[in-house]
Amino acid sequence: MNLFDYVRPASLSEAIAAGSKPGAAYLAGGTNLLDLMKAGVAHPGKVVDITRLPGLDRIETLSDGSTRIGAMVRNSDLARDPSFAASFPAVAEALLSGASAQLRNAATVGGNLMQRTRCPYFYDPNSACNRRESGAGCDAIGGETHSHAVLGWTETCIATHPSDFCVPLAALDAVVEMEGPDGTRDVPLADFHMLPDETSPGGADLKPGEIITALRLPAEAAAFAGNSRYLKLRERTSYAFALVSAAAMLRMDGDTIAEAHIALGAVAAKPWRASAAEELLNGATPDAETFARAAEAALDGARPSGDNAHKIDLAKRVLTRALTQAAAGTPDRMPALPASVFASVNGASAHA
Amino acid sequence: MPDTILMPAGHVRLGSNAGQPMTRRDGIAKVTGAATYAADNRPDRLLYAVYASAGIARGRVAKLDVDTARAHPGVVEVYTPENRPALEQDPDEKFHMFAWRTEALQNDSVRYANQPVALVVAETLEAATEGARLLSPEYEEQPARIGFDNGEIYEPGSTGIGGAVTFSKGDIEAGRKAAVRTTETHIDTPLQYHNAMEPHAAVAEWDGDLLTLDCPNQALVMARDMFAKYFGIPGENITLRSPYLGGGFGSKAIPIGPYILAILAARELDRPVKIALRRDQMFGPVGHRGGTRQVVKLGTNADGQLTALEHNATSTTSSFDEFIEGAGNASHNLYASPAISTAHKGVRMDTGTPGPMRAPGEASGSAALECAMDEAAEAAGLDPLEFRLRNYSETDPASGKPFSSKALRECYAEGAKRFGWATRPLEPGTMRDENGHLVGWGVGTSLFPAPMFQALATATLRADGTATVATGGVDMGQGAWTALAQIAADGLGLPAERVEFLAGTSLQPDGGVAGGSGHTATAGGALFAAGSDAIRQLAELATNDPDSPLFGAGNAGVEARDGRLCAADDDSRSEAYEDILARAGLTALEGSGTGGRDPSIGEQWAMFSHGAVFAEVKVDPELYQIRVTRLVGAFAAGRIINPKLAQSQLTGGMIWGLSSALHEEGIHDLRSGRLVNGDFAGYHIPVNADAPSVEALLIDEEDPYVNTLGVKGVGELGITGTVGAIANAVWHATGTRVRSFPIHISALLK
Repeated sequence: MNLFDYVRPASLSEAIAAGSKPGAAYLAGGTNLLDLMKAGVAHPGKVVDITRLPGLDRIETLSDGSTRIGAMVRNSDLARDPSFAASFPAVAEALLSGASAQLRNAATVGGNLMQRTRCPYFYDPNSACNRRESGAGCDAIGGETHSHAVLGWTETCIATHPSDFCVPLAALDAVVEMEGPDGTRDVPLADFHMLPDETSPGGADLKPGEIITALRLPAEAAAFAGNSRYLKLRERTSYAFALVSAAAMLRMDGDTIAEAHIALGAVAAKPWRASAAEELLNGATPDAETFARAAEAALDGARPSGDNAHKIDLAKRVLTRALTQAAAGTPDRMPALPASVFASVNGASAHA
Repeated sequence: MPDTILMPAGHVRLGSNAGQPMTRRDGIAKVTGAATYAADNRPDRLLYAVYASAGIARGRVAKLDVDTARAHPGVVEVYTPENRPALEQDPDEKFHMFAWRTEALQNDSVRYANQPVALVVAETLEAATEGARLLSPEYEEQPARIGFDNGEIYEPGSTGIGGAVTFSKGDIEAGRKAAVRTTETHIDTPLQYHNAMEPHAAVAEWDGDLLTLDCPNQALVMARDMFAKYFGIPGENITLRSPYLGGGFGSKAIPIGPYILAILAARELDRPVKIALRRDQMFGPVGHRGGTRQVVKLGTNADGQLTALEHNATSTTSSFDEFIEGAGNASHNLYASPAISTAHKGVRMDTGTPGPMRAPGEASGSAALECAMDEAAEAAGLDPLEFRLRNYSETDPASGKPFSSKALRECYAEGAKRFGWATRPLEPGTMRDENGHLVGWGVGTSLFPAPMFQALATATLRADGTATVATGGVDMGQGAWTALAQIAADGLGLPAERVEFLAGTSLQPDGGVAGGSGHTATAGGALFAAGSDAIRQLAELATNDPDSPLFGAGNAGVEARDGRLCAADDDSRSEAYEDILARAGLTALEGSGTGGRDPSIGEQWAMFSHGAVFAEVKVDPELYQIRVTRLVGAFAAGRIINPKLAQSQLTGGMIWGLSSALHEEGIHDLRSGRLVNGDFAGYHIPVNADAPSVEALLIDEEDPYVNTLGVKGVGELGITGTVGAIANAVWHATGTRVRSFPIHISALLK
């Protein structure tokens, strides 16, 4: 990797000052940035280590009832926070289905939002990639596209966003708090990751020098706790990125769905909020036929970006299943294989 | 089998130490980090070497920015084909049976992606790494030939190392005609890249024309002599040290270009040089398993017996060298058929050259054969285990020779019992678990040859009654340091704790190759013979010494037990080793021994390890995610020296088979020829959650013929049978026969 300056600021303002310089990159858990540097994809001239900044590692309830999670909270700490997991079980389940225990111990909330696509062409400096170099072209198109996007893609970029965590967050109207040279700013998570268009590959809505300071979940989000699931289809039982995933959250009113919040993962360059499907479910009875219609609506407009038509079919099936599971109620305990189709019934060993 | 092996003039028993589930002797050193792997060596004045990897699969390097790389702080030297010092051995010459053509900057051509194209040597790893990046190679690129449909198909010279390309027995045409039904099974297997936990690494340090090389290696003396050729020095000038290997799997026997370049740099710069491959560099110059495209045609008669077995395979190799995965050979020695025909073709692609990867040929071939047998069983309306029993071969199908031993019937029976096979419904898609998941059960037969190589060993008894044994054996994680020490201790009639076991360097007597599942038999045989030789000499001293209680006992013989020689016919007459040596005025007594097989044994007997693997898979009925919830294998491999380690080897092999069935696959971009999943995030191998229950049963088997010790091998056996068993279980769960490994969710989607 290239030679770089390493600085460890003592305050947020110092960090922003250092991070505003051209070629600077913030280092949190390092689970993605360091890989990118080793692969020759990222070459920051200055690495600004924000892991010791004070005050960014708290999980707190604000006066309006919303939950605020500091950007430096580690994934495993958040997932295992009893109060958080009780209020937002699908978020906890998504967190625990991601990566490995070691990575979750290192990875942070802010870093998770900032992680780059795992498109292999993005990681290969010998391939053309608009995300790496604007205007270079996209070698993924016509290449190995088994896991690429089926929604929201353009000829500019067919990559997906790899996060599990962000999928239920998008469904729950999470808000990203940022601070930069020009002050603070809030952006809904659903808008934070920008889709590609005809010229731009999209990416995170973060201005130079801006730093994610926290994530907020509105008070209303906890109302879904009783019927919340995250389901992640993958080619390996653990430590694998999703082929497709779905977060399904229902606020029930007796036997009727009062409100549905849904998002899909690994289908687009952002966690894909499925608003049309939500509307279809609001006020409906939770049954197989309704869920199937919702799944159709969620994938409306989906088209393969290559050899990946199977993802459209699978996404519908995964969403249907996730809705079915959510309607059945959130398990009392976190399944031993979180978000897995092999998550056993409550309390049973996952290794029967 | 009898636990006493007769040796001239002195008896030694195998069974005091051997046969015990002794805990791995190097285990604590490994888990505490005390074990020094090659890259842990940091001699003074060490330099670091990193090579630049080719970013194209075919063409030539047109330009390297050497000036910029050289100017990077810390960079000491940059080697390219223009300034690479001469080697005494052409890296493109096949000068040895185990010599692969390799890239050591002999020219500017690129023949596969990730090939070394330049070497940067620097004061730090970071400087060398960045220096290599700054070379920014530019290429003249030619279209890559990757994939079965894009490479040139040709008639290969051999399969594996020196194996035949075709084989036939009996009248295939007649066999086809005799069949009442015929099945034709097509199976593709992908390129697989062995990725030992420890990537390839070397630390080279010269002292004049003497070289010390710390480098994980599976064949110390052979590799030492091959390295020596490149530098024009006698093999004895090189000390190759390989006390610990973090896995080898066949990829660490052969000198490769990066090592040669690092050694060269160390000589030129007169400083020690370390090279350690990054994970992404493991996908290219260090070998892999070639892909195969196989067709198995089976004819069966009305009784469900094979009348014809045809197994054809096309295997991928590189454009410039040959190693053909001999998949069809897996059909030679297992199922009875009056007619057997196998044939191989090669397909040339722009990849590195494949090499032996754990069960080379057997793994891919077994996968296809076992799937084919399952399909034929289905066609015959028979339970797949019953079908295999109807085709059980009492003699070697290929040669007609008797087996030196074959407890496969017991493996089938014990494995089936443990697994609960008897309740398996014939029809697929009929079993569900309590969560509604589809459940399927499948079976496969394991088969692996029991070869032996050549090895030497010494055993030195000391005046204090302890001993030192030595052989250049290799523990690559399989447990050789433990199992070989157990055999050596028995050879000397001593408890293991009184025997110092030396192995792992080329300074010891040649321990041969740790490969082919033959290391325990071969190096163990040498150690046992060396110990026996020492005991024989000791017995001669005692029985000819009038002051010894054993005087005159030579006729009936003496036995070595627990540090004493005892009269075979009178337990009251015995003497401790140290007393015999003391009276003889000896401080030490050295025995030597060889391991190897008398060729006449191979002419008389067919020698194989066998096993039966039963798999349970669960498949989500709508989402098609697959999980192997149970694997039960029952294996017969002659005498088991250490049941704990053997089970570890066998379960490891079964998990390797699981990996082949569901996970492993080198995926290339067909346009660029570059790998798109050259890391552990993309190149899947199973995690613990993928293998929740894996059990290996050891079936008793006496083999009086295979070798002195009665030992076969267990290193590769567990892979065979498992791949097919899992695929067959997936069919039994879903009714879908997937023709291409690994089995993906999308292949089951319907």
